Amino acid sequence: MFLTPVVPHWPFYNLDTMFVRGLKRKCFDGEEDIEGTLAGIKAIPSYNLQRQSLLDMSLVKLQLCHMLVEPNLCRSVLIANTVRQIQEEMTQDGTWQMIHTQSTGQASLDRLVSTDILCRSSREQAEGKHVSGYSAFNKDFEGDQAQDSSETMSTASSVQAPRNLQSNVWEMENPQENKGNFQKSLDQIFETLENKSPNSVEDLFSEVDNSYYDLDTMLTGMMSNTKMGHCDGLETFSSPTATASNSNFKSDLNELDHIVEILVES
Amino acid sequence: MAGVAGGGGGGCSSSSSNDFQWCFSQVKGAIDEDVAEADIISTVEFNYSGDLLATGDKGGRVVIFQREQENKSRPHSRGEYNVYSTFQSHEPEFDYLKSLEIEEKINKIRWLPQQNAAHFLLSTNDKTIKLWKISERDKRAEGYNLKDEDGRLRDPFRITALRVPILKPMDLMVEASPRRIFANAHTYHINSISVNSDHETYLSADDLRINLWHLEITDRSFNIVDIKPANMEELTEVITAAEFHPHHCNVFVYSSSKGTIRLCDMRSSALCDRHSKFFEEPEDPSSRSFFSEIISSISDVKFSHSGRYMMTRDYLSVKVWDLNMENRPVETYQVHEYLRSKLCSLYENDCIFDKFECCWNGSDSAIMTGSYNNFFRMFDRNTRRDITLEASRESSKPRAILKPRKVCTGGKRKKDEISVDSLDFNKKILHTAWHPMENIIAVAATNNLYIFQDKIN
Repeated sequence: MFLTPVVPHWPFYNLDTMFVRGLKRKCFDGEEDIEGTLAGIKAIPSYNLQRQSLLDMSLVKLQLCHMLVEPNLCRSVLIANTVRQIQEEMTQDGTWQMIHTQSTGQASLDRLVSTDILCRSSREQAEGKHVSGYSAFNKDFEGDQAQDSSETMSTASSVQAPRNLQSNVWEMENPQENKGNFQKSLDQIFETLENKSPNSVEDLFSEVDNSYYDLDTMLTGMMSNTKMGHCDGLETFSSPTATASNSNFKSDLNELDHIVEILVES
Repeated sequence: MAGVAGGGGGGCSSSSSNDFQWCFSQVKGAIDEDVAEADIISTVEFNYSGDLLATGDKGGRVVIFQREQENKSRPHSRGEYNVYSTFQSHEPEFDYLKSLEIEEKINKIRWLPQQNAAHFLLSTNDKTIKLWKISERDKRAEGYNLKDEDGRLRDPFRITALRVPILKPMDLMVEASPRRIFANAHTYHINSISVNSDHETYLSADDLRINLWHLEITDRSFNIVDIKPANMEELTEVITAAEFHPHHCNVFVYSSSKGTIRLCDMRSSALCDRHSKFFEEPEDPSSRSFFSEIISSISDVKFSHSGRYMMTRDYLSVKVWDLNMENRPVETYQVHEYLRSKLCSLYENDCIFDKFECCWNGSDSAIMTGSYNNFFRMFDRNTRRDITLEASRESSKPRAILKPRKVCTGGKRKKDEISVDSLDFNKKILHTAWHPMENIIAVAATNNLYIFQDKIN
């Protein structure tokens, strides 16, 4: 399961597509961003953010399972396995990245701008550190779920644990607007959960920002380049759903186990 | 390319060496744009002779169509399917213990081989399996002694003479009556039922267990597979489908959410937790992603009629396995590879969890499975050619030849091609069935049932 960093044999055309798309979108959106020359590349979400988004999405899906008549066990198990996979990798990456930066410190992919420049900017961002977005996420989640009598929420409070700063080295912090957008998406999620209507599951995802769908090319394309070195160089500022939330892996794992336990016991 | 050269076995007239084309024959169901949830078809199955075609829907109803006798005065009508019987098989229930609703949706229908004038089928929802008897009544007895024509009982003391009741013809009436109810044996949701070749037993599979039943006995079943871990937190794999071997009554297979198939022999032990054969294709490391496991989950497994092969359906492909080779399939067919780059979106909208079924034709020379946008795909195993067809009202003129469809993946879209982004993911064809002997197929598109036949020259 833990793949060692290798140069993927699998064609890079997806990455090329991403670049092209990123550039186009950048120009189209006209978003102001840091350095003009790097604008196109920065439009592409970083692997870590993508992965985090996928993790968040999966956790939401698992929560929503509790709302339905009787959860489809196969679906729940598959989502839970995906979450575990991500978390295991993130845990590993946390360690790996430290080792990797110290030992090699070289740019991973030839086609990408040297990580130096990108690292610099991400480090600068890292100064900004703590995005309260995730903390807010936990709090709100906890609060809203209290009435839903979902036992899993009792573990939500434990999610707010000290963050692993080292894992943030390659993650960039979002500017305010991204935080706002993320909060907006979360609000929609909470609304839906409060409504407790199974039909709103569809509504939930229909309201998600469309740029989410662009994640596809990146996310699935990047998955096989999982190995940290490759993905370091990619960043984005324009993905609204990319969040600055830094999950605490262990607490997520606990929460996950708890969820699965409740889920399958029902 | 024109069509799939799938010659039928038995008394089929089509020659396997000629390409033929598929034509529209019939469509059943409402044309209304607003589809009632209860009308969504959830299973389709031909009986052993192909004369009867059963469908089950989300509302718990079963509709059986019967093929009309070929009429010499209408030579072009190749035996149409018309409604034969409709009945409510399952009702919604409430599990008071868990405070959960039990859906009435019919998950599977399986016919029993015909042994007398009546027809028998098994239908199941998430929790309960029922054996239904469908029988015809075209005669009625008249002239009873103890009751008069209205049915009122006569006073026995008033009867002075006896007569023998006589049978008189009446309008054909098709009755469906539940003969057995097999309940309370499954904690989890039933996904498969399969009648054994001994015609006496059948299996039912849920997410974690498989039970063996005798058709005559409803208060007892034998658990033959149990993959429930002692600690449910360790649960990482579920059973997705199961089927008995068509000829060996001791052999069955079950597939899992991890893309594996286990073949079990009931003679080896009472609890078949240890498989006899284990089928798994090694993963391609270069295509690994977070979605790899989900798309490898097998949604359907079907033995070939010959019993030599089995076919599995995962999210993007169909694989044919030789039962004698466990380490990889002998054939792999891509159903909609263009979706591989869309997996994240499909995960988001839950389409990635759609369970597509697959089926063999009568001679095992061709296989069929569904896709999105009301497309369905057929693969000819001999010529290795494939075709994509669409079940739509537009191409629903009688005997209209179906035009092959193509999904455009690259930049330039040719005329008549449809781009991946234009596909309607709400129009999914999950259930298809192929007549056991002829080239007639039934395709369920949401609430409509399409019947296609090969072209008559």
